[in-house]
Formats: sequence, structure tokens, C-alpha cells
Amino acid sequence: MITRDPIDVPYTTNPLLSLWYTVAVGAQDVGRATLLIVQSLAGVRRLFSKRGRPAFVEQLYTVGIASLPLITIVALFIGMILALQTGLELRRFNQEIFIGSAVMVSMLREMGPLMSALILTACVGSAMAAQIGTMTVNDEIAALEMLAIDPVRFLMTPRIWALVIMTPLLSFYTCVVGVIGGGVVGYTQLNIQWVQYFDIAIDFARERDLYVGLLKAVIYGIVIAGVACYEGFTAAQGAVGVGRATRSSVVKSFLLILILGYFVTRGFYNG
Amino acid sequence: MIKFENVVKRFGRRTVLDDISFEVVKGEVFVIVGPSGTGKSVALKHMVRLLSPTSGTVWLNDVAVSRADGLELQQAREQFGYLFQGGALLGWMTVAENVALPLEEKTAMSQEEIARRVAEVLEMVGLEDDGDKLPSEISGGMQKRAGLARAIVCNPDIVLYDEPTSGLDPVTSRTIDRLIKHLNTTLGVTSIVVTHDLHSALSIGHRIAMLHGGKVIEIAPPEEFIKSTHPEVIQFLEAQFITKTWRKDINV
Repeated sequence: MITRDPIDVPYTTNPLLSLWYTVAVGAQDVGRATLLIVQSLAGVRRLFSKRGRPAFVEQLYTVGIASLPLITIVALFIGMILALQTGLELRRFNQEIFIGSAVMVSMLREMGPLMSALILTACVGSAMAAQIGTMTVNDEIAALEMLAIDPVRFLMTPRIWALVIMTPLLSFYTCVVGVIGGGVVGYTQLNIQWVQYFDIAIDFARERDLYVGLLKAVIYGIVIAGVACYEGFTAAQGAVGVGRATRSSVVKSFLLILILGYFVTRGFYNG
Repeated sequence: MIKFENVVKRFGRRTVLDDISFEVVKGEVFVIVGPSGTGKSVALKHMVRLLSPTSGTVWLNDVAVSRADGLELQQAREQFGYLFQGGALLGWMTVAENVALPLEEKTAMSQEEIARRVAEVLEMVGLEDDGDKLPSEISGGMQKRAGLARAIVCNPDIVLYDEPTSGLDPVTSRTIDRLIKHLNTTLGVTSIVVTHDLHSALSIGHRIAMLHGGKVIEIAPPEEFIKSTHPEVIQFLEAQFITKTWRKDINV
């Protein structure tokens, strides 16, 4: 049951009570969002049905292919910036030849998944929250429920699975393009040969870094779709509410991506 | 069939429904009228638990809909068709796809059977030539009619109409009225209609309830409703020029 009464926070002038209500509502939000994520992931069978497949393919396109141009540009420049910054420092010690390793490790471990997740949050997550939010305030979600169609499986399942599949792929693509960007800077500004750059970069690429990066990307994908759909489903009060849901979805996703990213890194690289 | 038992609904500190009780019997057209913001649509949403009461109970036969959840709620909702105020069509689907959606999702009907049924209901609402248009390509009134077609396509026992004629021209409004009546008389569909349009209410309703200030201040058949001595009802009737025409005709 998606359509529910708005959460009623009692008015109080007592700051402690007010804090308590905020925490309680926040906990309720987290619980409901988690439940939605589990329900939507569990609806995976719908993606292979005749009715569910077209929506899933469309989402794969929206998330994956439509985001490619922006991700390419961002990844290229991230790689170039990384190479330039590290290269200029390493040059002081005549070690600029190692920029390949710096770019490769940074991209695989952090920048690949992080940058692709941030771009997907801004481009895809915000659009999801706005679309579902508009449907909610226009009673379209309530209409689906009245038709005994589960809005979670109908709308959220294709979106969350598209992000679960596409975020790691885009993350890997970001790494590849970023490393190429680093090579361009190495070749044009630091006088490092392509072969040298790529030899060192590949030498320092660890399978473990790749897997941890991909795991992060999967988690980020779930977070982006989960937060966007939940904010959309709970939008209220017309256009203002849709705007608020969209903003809230982007802000919460950004924060969760950074916080969860830290803890995953902490879990795998704790010295 | 549907029974409101001391239903109170509050949003924050604002009481929208204030201890209302009434019953809708099977096979009738029950019309809820009243000024804007008196809780008519809120009452309608309680019948299918799109909203839940702060206190009190809403019954559908022997099921407490206001407390139902999961399968029980789904089974209760399957008995209803619901026409939302704006039609609530899915924007990326054509009119025909919107109408076909519940049949495709819930039934094992073949594509030919679905197409036949969709054409049938679109013709009933006068949209037989507009099935391949997107909701954004048709007027608000047509969207509402498409919403009505979707609400009745599965032959529900009960249809809830939220402002079915608001924003429609008089001719289309009377067409919708006739359709509501037709569904009621030929198929025995129980209809609950929320409207401002008293002309419509008086012509299609078996009973009319008026909500004012969150309370039901009058429930009566049309011929008695216009004789009501309640000042709010008289004011409401006069505001729509009912007194001078209808009341005179029946010698009130």
C-alpha cells in the first residue's frame, strides 16, 4: 500500500519533543524506504514477463545509454585532472612516470563508482523522483492501486534493476575513460609515452580494487533508485511537493553515497 | 453495503470529517454534495482506504475497509472502480492503453478480447476515435471520460466518481450523467458520486447527502432534498438557482 495519509507531526514548542518527532519520522522514513527497496528487488520476475520487459529495456536505455555522453566527458576530465595534479607533484621527484598508477588506483577504487553515481543521481535519480512525484500528486499512483496494480513492481522494479545493472557497467566505463584521460595529459603535458603510461597503469590495477569498486557501484545504484522512488511516492502538495521531493532525493542520495562509500572502503581497506 | 460509522478524519489540527455516519445501500446512486473543502473527496477516499480515519470505521459489507491491509484490502478494492478528479491517466500511455491496463495486468483475456472491450467502453464515453491519442493530446474533459472508461472497464460492482462533471461542457456533463444512470439501471452498479453540480445530483441520485463543516447535515432523496429547511442546504440550492426553477415546479 503506497498511498497513505501524510505523516502527521504534532506541533510542539518543546525542543526535545520536536527533536524526538524528527528522529521518529526519520526512522519511519528509513524503514519504509528499506521495505520498498526489498519489495522492488523481489519483483525481479516481472522484468522477464511480456508486460514488464519493455519498461525494463526502456529504463536500461535511460540509465545506461542516455547517460553515456555526460559520463564520458566527466570521466575524461576527472582522469585528466587527476593526472595533472599528481603529475605536477610527482615531477618534483622525477617520478611523473607513475601517474598511470595513481590514476588507475584512484579511478578503480573511488572515482569511477563515485563519479558515475553522482552523475546518475543528478540526471536519472532526480528525473525518477520528479516523474513518480508528479504521478503521486496527480493521483496516478492511487489510480494504479485502485486498479489492483502494485506501483512498486510496476514502476520501481524496472528502475531499481536498471540502476543495479547499469551503475557498475558505467562505473567500469568511467574508469576506462578516466585512465585514457590521464594518458592524454601524460602524453601531451608530462612527456610520458602511451606505452609506459598504460604499462604502469595496468601493473597497478588490482582485481580486488575492481571488485570493490563494482560492489560500491551496485550499492550506489540501489541507493539512487531507492531514494528517488521513495521520495516520489511520498511527494505531496502539488508542484511544490514534487520540487521538494526531487531536491530531497538528490541531497539524500549524495549524502548516502558518500557515507556508504566511506564505510565500504573502510570495510575492505582497513589496513 | 458501504457504511461510515462515526468517522473522524483530522489532518494535523484541522478536522475534515467530524463524526460522520451514513450508509450506502447496494444498487443505489448516492450523491455527496457540498461546498469545496468540506471533505467530500476525503470521504470518498476512505471507502477504498486511500485515506484512513483518525477514528471510526468504514465498512464494505462485513469488511472493515478502514483497517484492511494486504490481500483483504486488494480484494475489497477489486470491487471498485474509481474516477479521479483529473482522470489520473498514465501520461506515457495512449488512452486505449490506459483503459486496457487493468485488463492486461489482472485478467487472462486475449489481446483481441481486450481490444474489443476497450473499444466498447471508449464508445460508451464517446472517445471511440481518440484511443490512440496520448492524455496530453486531449482536453481535460476527455481525460476525465477516459478515466471513467478505465474505471468501468473491469465491470466493477461499485463505482466512485470524484467530480465526474466538473470542467465539462453541459452537453458532455449530461452524457456522463446518463452513463452513470445507465450503469446503475442496466448493470446494477452501485454509484457514489461526489459533485458540486446540483442539477446532476438531482437528476441521477437516489439519495443526496450534503456535507458541511465536516458533518453530514442532510441525507434525503432528491424530491425531499430540495424541500429541506436546513439553511445551509437552502443556501446551496439557491446558489445554483435551484429554488426558482425546480422548487417552483414541484410546488414547494
